[in-house]
Amino acid sequence: MLGKLGWNAIPFDQPIPLVSGAVVILIVLGILIWVIAKGWGPYLWKEWITSVDHKHIGIMYVLLGLIMLLRGFIDALMMRSQQTLAYHAPGYLPPEHYNQVFSTHGTIMVLFAAMPLVIGLMNFIVPLQLGSRDVAFPTLNSVSFWLTATGALLVNLSLIVGEFARTGWLPYPPLSELRYSPGVGVDYYLWAVQISGVGTLLTGINFVTTILKIRAPGMTYLRMPMFCWTALASCLLILAAFPVLTATLAMLTLDRYLGFHFFTNEAGGNAMMFMNLIWAWGHPEVYILVLPAFGIYSEVISTFSGKPLFGYRSMVAATLFICIVSFCTWLHHFFTMGAGGNVNAVFGITTSIIAVGTGVKMYNWLFTMYGGRIRFTTPMLWSLGFMTTFITGGLTGVLLAVPPVDFMVHNSMFLVAHFHHVIVGGVVFAILAALAYWWPKAFGFRLHEGWGKAAFWFSFVGFYVTFVPLYVVGILGMTRRLQHYDVADWRPWILMSALGTVILVVAVICQVVQLAVSFMRRNELRDVTGDPWDGRTLEWATPSPPPVFNFAVLPQVQDAEAYWDVKRRAREAATFGKEPEYQPVEMPRNSPTGFICAFFATIVGFALIWHIWWLMVLGLIGAYVTFVVFAWRDVPEYVIPADEVARIDRANREIRQEALAGASAT
Amino acid sequence: MKSYGLRNRRAAPALLLWVSSIAFAPDIARADSILSPVGPVGAGNKIILLDALTIMLAIVIPTMLATIAFAWWFRASNTRAVYRPDFTYSGKLELIVWSIPTLVIFFLGGVIWIGSHKLDPFQPLPSSAKPLEIEAVSFDWKWLFIYPDQRIASVNRLVIPVGRPLHFRITSASVFNTFFVPRLGSMIYAMNGMVSQLNLQADKPGTYLGISAMFSGDGFSDMNFDTVAVPAGQFASWSGGVKGAALDRAAVGQLLKQSRAVAPYTYRGVDTSLFNAIASQKLPPGEGPTTGRGGPAGRHVMPHGGR
Repeated sequence: MLGKLGWNAIPFDQPIPLVSGAVVILIVLGILIWVIAKGWGPYLWKEWITSVDHKHIGIMYVLLGLIMLLRGFIDALMMRSQQTLAYHAPGYLPPEHYNQVFSTHGTIMVLFAAMPLVIGLMNFIVPLQLGSRDVAFPTLNSVSFWLTATGALLVNLSLIVGEFARTGWLPYPPLSELRYSPGVGVDYYLWAVQISGVGTLLTGINFVTTILKIRAPGMTYLRMPMFCWTALASCLLILAAFPVLTATLAMLTLDRYLGFHFFTNEAGGNAMMFMNLIWAWGHPEVYILVLPAFGIYSEVISTFSGKPLFGYRSMVAATLFICIVSFCTWLHHFFTMGAGGNVNAVFGITTSIIAVGTGVKMYNWLFTMYGGRIRFTTPMLWSLGFMTTFITGGLTGVLLAVPPVDFMVHNSMFLVAHFHHVIVGGVVFAILAALAYWWPKAFGFRLHEGWGKAAFWFSFVGFYVTFVPLYVVGILGMTRRLQHYDVADWRPWILMSALGTVILVVAVICQVVQLAVSFMRRNELRDVTGDPWDGRTLEWATPSPPPVFNFAVLPQVQDAEAYWDVKRRAREAATFGKEPEYQPVEMPRNSPTGFICAFFATIVGFALIWHIWWLMVLGLIGAYVTFVVFAWRDVPEYVIPADEVARIDRANREIRQEALAGASAT
Repeated sequence: MKSYGLRNRRAAPALLLWVSSIAFAPDIARADSILSPVGPVGAGNKIILLDALTIMLAIVIPTMLATIAFAWWFRASNTRAVYRPDFTYSGKLELIVWSIPTLVIFFLGGVIWIGSHKLDPFQPLPSSAKPLEIEAVSFDWKWLFIYPDQRIASVNRLVIPVGRPLHFRITSASVFNTFFVPRLGSMIYAMNGMVSQLNLQADKPGTYLGISAMFSGDGFSDMNFDTVAVPAGQFASWSGGVKGAALDRAAVGQLLKQSRAVAPYTYRGVDTSLFNAIASQKLPPGEGPTTGRGGPAGRHVMPHGGR
């Protein structure tokens, strides 16, 4: 009846996951009770859960990403503390558990923290920057989000029901095959990643369509803000790479569920093929994350330098260059498989060629600052922290791309240090910059600068104290994923790294306090004008937070920096011009389709993991019925009357007119 | 413990030293560092590492300094800095901006091309001496080293002669592992059904750390082995005097069972066809664990029930 599910699935013998799982359940229950007691249920259902507004979906993505970032960070603390204690000692995490912790850490950080954060920011920003009212397929967008949430839920469920993969964040066969991983851990991984992968692929389709087809009049390709270009490149990579992931994991699933032999040791299976395929997705995945991050830095550096982005066309070219070349480098993840001099050399060279693209970007940011008037706000600090950090992270990356060097540091702590160097220094710094930069747009008040700067400095210092020692132990021959070790020379460096994580904990606390303090003092931090940073792109033309339709009248774009251009002309004419003619606006109706689909997807995933076949069939039928009901809907849109549009927009125009008058008066 | 305490107090200054001179701090040049190689392969890799590092630092350091300098000089409060909001494009600068990384990568590409060919692990080492043949097999979770010419074998301890090339043939009897002795040089994967090759040489006697550098399951952290490099004469007397049971199919059957932290021991009288039997899968790979959380083994879904 319940397949493989039984009481033995609950880790009663392991207090750590049991207690932490219980705490999480209590917190979730507490929040639920609070929401019900306060009567917020209908509001959440109408405004958030069933919302197809790209801004709300974006915020939910970011929230999911931040929660998962914390979860992954706790995993990281467990790993660092285990290695701190496990010198000539077993530590407190047995291998069965420690191996799950590092596998969960990687999976969550890449797929359920970084991806939702990046996609959430794209959701919120791209339509606003393009001057459009929503994405191309709003309901599909909601489906994407909820499927991602399903994946995150399944991963977290494995904490207390069964186990998670013990194979590392990429389940290399033959270790991940049934013979060597008979538990449900790898199955949790497979279905969680597959289901959220569908969501990510749909996001890719949605945003490529949006960027190519739904731009404001006059917003030609070469007038698109840099963030939109990088989002486009990232989504093109999603379209090309995620099907590879889906197919690869499907093959492993067939091996595990139906006795196929794609990657098994026996019967002609070839595990080396898995490594090729998974990295054919895995390497572009890095750029799916980091290209939008580059877009964020471009926006932030340009805004706070008070200058347009230097060499805009060059930046576009470099973005697309990276986008394409990222598909030609995957083999550098396994030079040590022994492919031979020619193959290794070619992939080593293609890998280092990517550094040309990033190098060009680095110099263009540098010259964006040259001749600028730089304001050292929190987002700008994160960007400068990135510029100084990423360049050495890139250096160690190119070192790893040199096969003879890789032969000595492959899979080592040097590698661990390198990819944290570029992902923390590149992606995480960007997300935190973006959070501070676009927060006022999303919520109508700025974040507290003091706490934000404290968070930056602790993160910056903590990052170096944590990861520089890992480079050193890598050079001292320490490999990754060790549950315990006996080598005395590694010990001081591991301790120093632990000290670094303590500094990072302080940084995380500062970041959380910043959010709390900003919320409590939101009235004094209020962003009245909708343009708190003297921005250059169209999102700053809207009130903060923007109305559901974003733009009362679609903007007529005449310049690469659409809103800067509007402000410049307004300054010259001392007016924003006469009031436009308001029309009624049609907006897509809310839909519970995404939520219900994800509900059934969760059931299907759980049933497949535990081999509860009847439940799987039930879930599939439910999901299909949901789709049919949605397809048969009669009224997909509702109309906001012209009066209402005019009322909202007049207030926005008035404030901007006042700001303009104030600026010219001083 | 005393020596560890000393090292611990040195840790902070050592970090500073490391940051300032990146790879050249004395602390890293000691012990099992890849920067203190004891053979030609490690030495070759190290030179490539330092070459590549130097080439890149030549542009990375100026760029970092420029970032800090530009950001500081053009701060909004600096009235002496000229505000040039129209400086948004310069063809000459773009040319330079694309050329610098491109030229560096051209240069580095040459290093990569030559390095990958000269230091290809399959490449025999230039030497007048005949290489010593060693067959390495990774099991769950220990290493077996077979010396086919001496008809002996050793578990979790690799004894090698100094100054003579070593030719390794490497496979796995279960999941992937990586054979790696940091101070000797390159590592390479051990894969079931495949034979990797690795050519190494130790030029200095000593005991060096050997590890598996590819996560392979619960007992992975104990897949370490001492690599003992001894003078040729001593090697001969060691290999002649090795004691132990015969290594036959039954003994391999025992090794195929999962075990952790296996203390080193030896075999005398080795069936030299065993390595090829494992590599060609005539001997089936290890069975893996018998249980996993979430049902009994879960094997019931496999129609033919494994092997």
